[in-house]
Amino acid sequence: MTKTNAGQRIVIEPVTRVEGHGKVTILLDEHRKVKHARLHIVEFRGFERFIQGRPFWEVPVLVQRLCGICPVSHHLAAAKAMDRIVGGEKLTPTAEKVRRLMHYGQMFQSHSLHFFHLVSPDLLFGFDADPAIRNVIGVAKKFPELGVQGVMMRKYGQEIIRITAGKKIHGTGAIPGGVNKNVSIEERDFLLKDLDQMVVWSRAAVKLCKDYTMEHLAELAPFGSFDSNHLALVREDGAMDLYHGNLRAIDAAGKKIFDQLDYQEYADHIAEEVRPWSYMKFPFIKALGPEKGWYRVGPLARINTCDFIDTPEAEAARKEFMAVTKGAPNNISLAYHWARTIEILHSIEKIKELLHDPDLQGEDLVVKGPRREETVGLIEAPRGTLFHHYRINSNDQVVMANLIVSTTNNNEPMNRAVTKVAEDYLAGVTITEGLLNRIEVAIRAYDPCLSCATHALGAMPLEVELRAHTGELVDRRVQA
Amino acid sequence: MTGSGAVLLIGYGNPGRRDDGLGPAFAEAVERMRIPGVTVDAAYQLTVEDAVEIGAHDIVLFADADRAGPPFALRRLEPREDGRVTSHSIAPDALLALADALFGARPESYLLALRGYDFESFEESLTAGAAANLRAALRFMAPVLRERSFRAAAGEAAPSGAAAAALCNGEGQCKKASR
Repeated sequence: MTKTNAGQRIVIEPVTRVEGHGKVTILLDEHRKVKHARLHIVEFRGFERFIQGRPFWEVPVLVQRLCGICPVSHHLAAAKAMDRIVGGEKLTPTAEKVRRLMHYGQMFQSHSLHFFHLVSPDLLFGFDADPAIRNVIGVAKKFPELGVQGVMMRKYGQEIIRITAGKKIHGTGAIPGGVNKNVSIEERDFLLKDLDQMVVWSRAAVKLCKDYTMEHLAELAPFGSFDSNHLALVREDGAMDLYHGNLRAIDAAGKKIFDQLDYQEYADHIAEEVRPWSYMKFPFIKALGPEKGWYRVGPLARINTCDFIDTPEAEAARKEFMAVTKGAPNNISLAYHWARTIEILHSIEKIKELLHDPDLQGEDLVVKGPRREETVGLIEAPRGTLFHHYRINSNDQVVMANLIVSTTNNNEPMNRAVTKVAEDYLAGVTITEGLLNRIEVAIRAYDPCLSCATHALGAMPLEVELRAHTGELVDRRVQA
Repeated sequence: MTGSGAVLLIGYGNPGRRDDGLGPAFAEAVERMRIPGVTVDAAYQLTVEDAVEIGAHDIVLFADADRAGPPFALRRLEPREDGRVTSHSIAPDALLALADALFGARPESYLLALRGYDFESFEESLTAGAAANLRAALRFMAPVLRERSFRAAAGEAAPSGAAAAALCNGEGQCKKASR
């Protein structure tokens, strides 16, 4: 750590136990009070150029290179976009159900991993616990059953992906207009074997998170919290739908900003603001402008935005969740965790429903129709709404690609959360372990994917910094 | 160890970022060798569920790209409780600690570091230097995998690295390795 006495700017870089490489700067005013905090994110926009010139049918496979943890979300968003290029957006029942199974498997494994292995150390040991034990290994040693549950739930989701996408990584299951394989009886039976155990563990995860939240509500409610708009896909009847639907945006009080918006028209309603200090753009609802139009996405936004969940146990859990705020949108940042476990339960209920559906064994896999040249594919990825927008030329090559990933949609909320925590917990001009971890806890609530970069040995140092309104460095902290 | 223990090889990295794909490329090449008792997996990153497979093997070999160092190097790994964990990935030593904590598994473990040169381009091919390092590593590791002679080979970690470095120039252009 380095430190000077004259400055008033704090930088924390990068954030541990979130993805990739992020850097937090806290700028103090002349009275050494927090002026604002900024989360700097390295984003690789170059990927959109990488796609240009490639044939459209390669895109659903290529985009999986974007991310090691969300390849399925990118695979499916791109496949949905390319369905429209081949005029095949109305999938066969088998194709849609195989894709949905893949998607719920992805949601199940991603949320389980985040909850059990990244969040549970904070909940089980407390924010101020020794970092040496406040980690996944600490959980595995002190709460081995919970550690095993997390690993096995993650593995189960990965097996669903392997079966539906063809393999764990670089799956090819979804193709323009459908899928290239169904789910055999043997594969279905393999997945059914552990299903009941997964349901039991999912229920327990919701209970753990609900009990923790209710027990600590006074402390959690103001933590990194603020009013915001919320955006998510909903089905035509208002149900939560993680795979397909129309866009709904609500304000902090629950009033609809727009509803049942065809996402092919998203660019008429959502814009991205560029700010000079960040590589990552700031999306906002055009009608409200950049100051008031930013929104949250992800599990919290989805629970707030939908009218109901169409699986019984998750719907009961949603009602309990909404009762905390008497039916109004929940704007508590740390409520993301509870919302995430409700989606774990919803996903496993959906997986169960699908595994008992004989359409999974159907043979009619692909449809085609009139060709289009511009298309948008959208899906609710684990971290939130994911936009893929492409234009194709007459040679079938991609000439334009614009991706708005979930973490970009949550850019402004994460900055607000960090600012709120800095305002509440910074004392003096020193980055304490407590402050550092609370900032990380606030960011972690959004489960951000800060960079889909390389990870080779020797990369990813951890760095913490503190600076003044003059720009002078006050405090800096580096973690290997 | 020289013998017949069950070996798990996990090569990891992103093949879409040029030399970051060295780990999967090594894994795929070994898989083509069809060495009895060697289970091969290729992945973007290590993740927590790998702990399950680790618990089912006697020897674990991780293969990953390295931004620095000799063309390749084999070293012994021990579990490390403070190793790096994110929801994207987990460091190999932290993964070993997790396998130990969850399943009481302590397999003999090694890391093969393969030197790469370009990690920034979006391109699905290795640089010439990285490809040469991969070939050299495969020549060195094939008998190690067949004979399960990891301990001796890792004992040679520095010599092997130095020997390989002597065989290969800084751009990864290699003479034929003799072993």
